[in-house]
Amino acid sequence: MQRNVPELLREKFPQATLKVEEFRGETTITVGREKIRDVMLFLKENENLLYDLLLDLSGVDYGDEIPRFGVSYLLHSMRFNDRLRIKIRVAEGASLDTVSDVWRAADWMEREAYDMFGIAFDSHPDLRRILMEEDFTGYPLRKDFPLKGADFSKPFTVCLEEEK
Amino acid sequence: MAETRYMTINMGPQHPATHGVLRLLLELDGEIVVRAVPHIGYLHRGVEKLAESLTYHQALTLTDRLDYTSGLSNNLAYCLAVEKLLDIKIPKRAQYLRVMFAELQRLAAHLIWVATHALDLGAMTVLFYAFRERETILEALELVTGARLTPSFIRIGGLAKDIPDTFLPRVKAFVEDFPKRIDEYETLLTENIIWKKRTQNISVMSGEECINYGVTGPVLRASGVYYDVRKAYPYSSYEDFDFEIPLGKKGDIYDRYLVRLKEMRQSNRIVKQAVERLPEGPIAAFDATLFVPPAKEAVSKDIAALIRHFKIMEEGFHPPRGEVYASVESSKGELGFYIISDGANKPFRMRIRPPSFVNLGALPKMIEGHMVADVVAAIGSIDIVLGEIDR
Repeated sequence: MQRNVPELLREKFPQATLKVEEFRGETTITVGREKIRDVMLFLKENENLLYDLLLDLSGVDYGDEIPRFGVSYLLHSMRFNDRLRIKIRVAEGASLDTVSDVWRAADWMEREAYDMFGIAFDSHPDLRRILMEEDFTGYPLRKDFPLKGADFSKPFTVCLEEEK
Repeated sequence: MAETRYMTINMGPQHPATHGVLRLLLELDGEIVVRAVPHIGYLHRGVEKLAESLTYHQALTLTDRLDYTSGLSNNLAYCLAVEKLLDIKIPKRAQYLRVMFAELQRLAAHLIWVATHALDLGAMTVLFYAFRERETILEALELVTGARLTPSFIRIGGLAKDIPDTFLPRVKAFVEDFPKRIDEYETLLTENIIWKKRTQNISVMSGEECINYGVTGPVLRASGVYYDVRKAYPYSSYEDFDFEIPLGKKGDIYDRYLVRLKEMRQSNRIVKQAVERLPEGPIAAFDATLFVPPAKEAVSKDIAALIRHFKIMEEGFHPPRGEVYASVESSKGELGFYIISDGANKPFRMRIRPPSFVNLGALPKMIEGHMVADVVAAIGSIDIVLGEIDR
């Protein structure tokens, strides 16, 4: 069955559908942050869409761009066998609504995005760090986080001097 | 008045049945699990962060170390994503060899799974049988790639080199013999009463629940959902091969076991077809001169090829701006790479979609209400590899 997903989304959310991109056969739709839950519920439950599997949720740090962060949701529809990427841009310090009650899969994925980028998800049932230890400071996948980690910036010779 | 109190016990991170460094906090009512909270991250190495500091060719070596039971599948997933970004076509011979390697690797990974899963539940003999066949596969793969654990053999644009003459006869002998070996494992387990009692009706997941939790791979198919990346989004010429996707009915541990065993038979079929139909031709897309280093023979004869080789190895290549996602059906489920390029010679962002991580998210759902001993069975049945979960 043929369907035009960006068109369906535009009809339903004219204000929130910001941008539609096609690259290498993949469709990416950028959606406004405020409407995320409504959009996701629509995508999951509308009978022409039925995106029932949340394959992936990924945080992105765009560095100097404004808004700084992004979250990419990759959806798959079992019925129609296609994929769709929904993108949301989040400013530093802002938060967005959780979708962990729409798809349970988002529970851990959102925790990871929070752990790695410091993106907060409102009303998430258990927003804790997942890969890093709980008393860790900083967000490792941010572009301004040093590759070797915060503790390794001191040269070895300086450490030796301090030991004396 | 009797007071109900739950006991909290800690399982792992150093526990033989957690297949790595997984820690579980179990809240128990007697012997029944009321609540389970997994703690992960003990093996976190920051692979996604490291990839941002390496060129595309260098980042390939990181992928071996994700799911360390199937290095070649990880290589394949990564290369597919980069090749999609570069928009290059891979020659048929390379595609068929990739399929052959990926399926042999799946067999090796499933053999480890059946061995350790059975060992966890007290059936030790299976381990010795399964490791015998795994050894045959690994020796054959070592002949080609030179490594057992970290091959990095599938490269962006094709393969590192062609196969030696002795490889195909070995594989042919193996695929002829292997179905009989699966029968052997089946005589040990399939009708075994203890095995059935430990696995049937334990940690049942319905198809809808699996989809909701994002579970993929054999666990999803054991619940009767027909989803396999090889069929849904065929890659590397999988559409040329004749194979079936085995499904389960109930979605319990026993079904997951049956699905994986049937899957091994199907993989064997695919390998057999790939050996029979392997076309001649180049093993890499040498015409994509901007991205793929020239063949060794060309480098030693042609000065221009030598310079190109040096440039691609030293500086890397600059893919167009954009973002792509490509995935393969690894032995654990859908393994995907989401790569964002800003036009530089290093990935701007490389996100790995690890099947074990997502599948493990469903573990609390699987074990709540079951006995402590079933926790071990449930962990074994999802077939987790912590290298991939923690990245």
